[in-house]
Amino acid sequence: MEAQKGKWETIYIQHFREEARPLKYYLDQMEGYQALKKCLGLTPDDIINEVKKSNLRGRGGAGFPTGTKWGFIPKQSPKPKYVVCNADESEPGTFKDRDLMRYTPHLLIEGMVIAGHAIGANVGYIYIRGEYTREAKLLDEAINEAYAKGYLGNDVLGTGFKFDLTVHRGAGAYICGEETGLLNSLEGKRGEPRVKPPFPAQAGAFGGPTIVNNVETLCAVPFIMRKGGEWFAKFGKFEKSGGTRLFCVSGHVKKPGLYELPAGAITIRELIYDYCGGILDDKPLKAVIPGGSSAPVLTASEIDVALDIEPMMKAKTMLGSAGIMVVAEGFDVVKLIRRITKFYAHESCGQCTPCREGCRWMEEILGRIMDGKGKRQDTDMLLSIADNINGKTLCALGDAAAGPVISFVTKFKPDFEAKMPAGGTHA
Amino acid sequence: MKPKTLSAKFYEAMDKLVPRYPTRVALLLPALHQAQEEKRWLSDETLDEIATYIDIHPAQVREVASFYTMYNLKPVGKFHLKICTNAACILRGADELVEHCEKKLGIACGSTTADQLFTLAEEECLGACGTAPAMMLNDDYVENLTVSKMDEILARH
Repeated sequence: MEAQKGKWETIYIQHFREEARPLKYYLDQMEGYQALKKCLGLTPDDIINEVKKSNLRGRGGAGFPTGTKWGFIPKQSPKPKYVVCNADESEPGTFKDRDLMRYTPHLLIEGMVIAGHAIGANVGYIYIRGEYTREAKLLDEAINEAYAKGYLGNDVLGTGFKFDLTVHRGAGAYICGEETGLLNSLEGKRGEPRVKPPFPAQAGAFGGPTIVNNVETLCAVPFIMRKGGEWFAKFGKFEKSGGTRLFCVSGHVKKPGLYELPAGAITIRELIYDYCGGILDDKPLKAVIPGGSSAPVLTASEIDVALDIEPMMKAKTMLGSAGIMVVAEGFDVVKLIRRITKFYAHESCGQCTPCREGCRWMEEILGRIMDGKGKRQDTDMLLSIADNINGKTLCALGDAAAGPVISFVTKFKPDFEAKMPAGGTHA
Repeated sequence: MKPKTLSAKFYEAMDKLVPRYPTRVALLLPALHQAQEEKRWLSDETLDEIATYIDIHPAQVREVASFYTMYNLKPVGKFHLKICTNAACILRGADELVEHCEKKLGIACGSTTADQLFTLAEEECLGACGTAPAMMLNDDYVENLTVSKMDEILARH
């Protein structure tokens, strides 16, 4: 973690250190569980309205308004309802949830109990990626502390509200970050995404109405409920997007790491040059992947975009999970997109033919271009395959694989052509 | 009935989890993790024993276990090196690390040394991109890797 410039107020990052982990710190230094106490005296509608007011949008990638999502849960349900935390954090370039879980686990627990009260659920699961073995243990320890002090269990803070929370480990599958793949995995199945509808709000975990929220999203909830939705909303510089965001910066910058800034407060250029110390060895910038590997790439001249959901969409890319990968001039972008495509080919669950076959073919074609055996028509072929995947699959993995290929091939065509055998070969 | 090979600790841990889930099959991933922690890899006997415990068909256990990359369906070395070679890590030289390890250990990625000490694997993004390149050494993360740091680790084990 890098020292933050003093200009902006932050809510999480000052606590990202070992000392912050125990319950005592959370209670003493972060007004821990005060929001829960307050919420247990409020009606579910009061809570959902406050979250709506905050303009909190999902931090996992899709950016859906959290309060609206909670509002989809039916009030009455014959089946139990569930709160599920998506802690699968496997979008390449993203590493914020890991710090939230290992340094401020009680913040997540409190957010989940509040969410449970808001939608009328008595059971929660934290679905954490399998590789985060240590973080899963730390969460278990924090959950035990919370049970011992009555923040979890059959009678939360003596109010009669019941909430049980369990950490459920994934086992190495990117697709389990997709919410319905995650739910299948939670139920003990292969993590294959489901056909929607029904959406999880109608039939999610074990057939019951379910909200699935990202770690950072749920961690915002205690702050919102304690300080008010308006307070949170005011951080945002654009309409309908509140709060601060944790930006994960990696690649060729002098100071990679996490940066917490108000949503939309600065541009990608400012983040790289004013906060991250600029490019390694002061090289020129080549490209930026701004929202995890699924986000279409930006060239060096396209980075004067504010870091928020809407401005990024206008720039035809996405903020996604705010994983910003910076590429310096001199690094082979064909090699980079080939590696990214290999990832999607490996992680495709195989249910939908366009994704299963298309990703593999894109990987193979990119591989032969890398090996100097490309054919002149290969760039067009890549675009055609990507187009045949885009929007034609059950879940977003297909789009996530296609978008980057389309953007790299379109924006860096000379880099691909430079690898073609001299004079070009024919099919 | 085949004799049980998973420990009493396994069964205790599982029984404790039963009330946490509304269905028994939801115990499958936790059971595979717990068994692997004990046995380091999941043999046919282990998979069958899990099937019996959960009361599902053995094929269902295999269908699920084979979907997830973390379940070792063949023996692995005492030290399982999983080097991330995804985008953020190759930007920081992960492929040179892999090459270095392959040379040093004399094995290709995905295989185990003859003395069963090291298994080398390429890994997808570990979520440690700000401290890239990163790898897992068994259950632990090792971050900000360099060739010399890697040499130190290999020499120590």
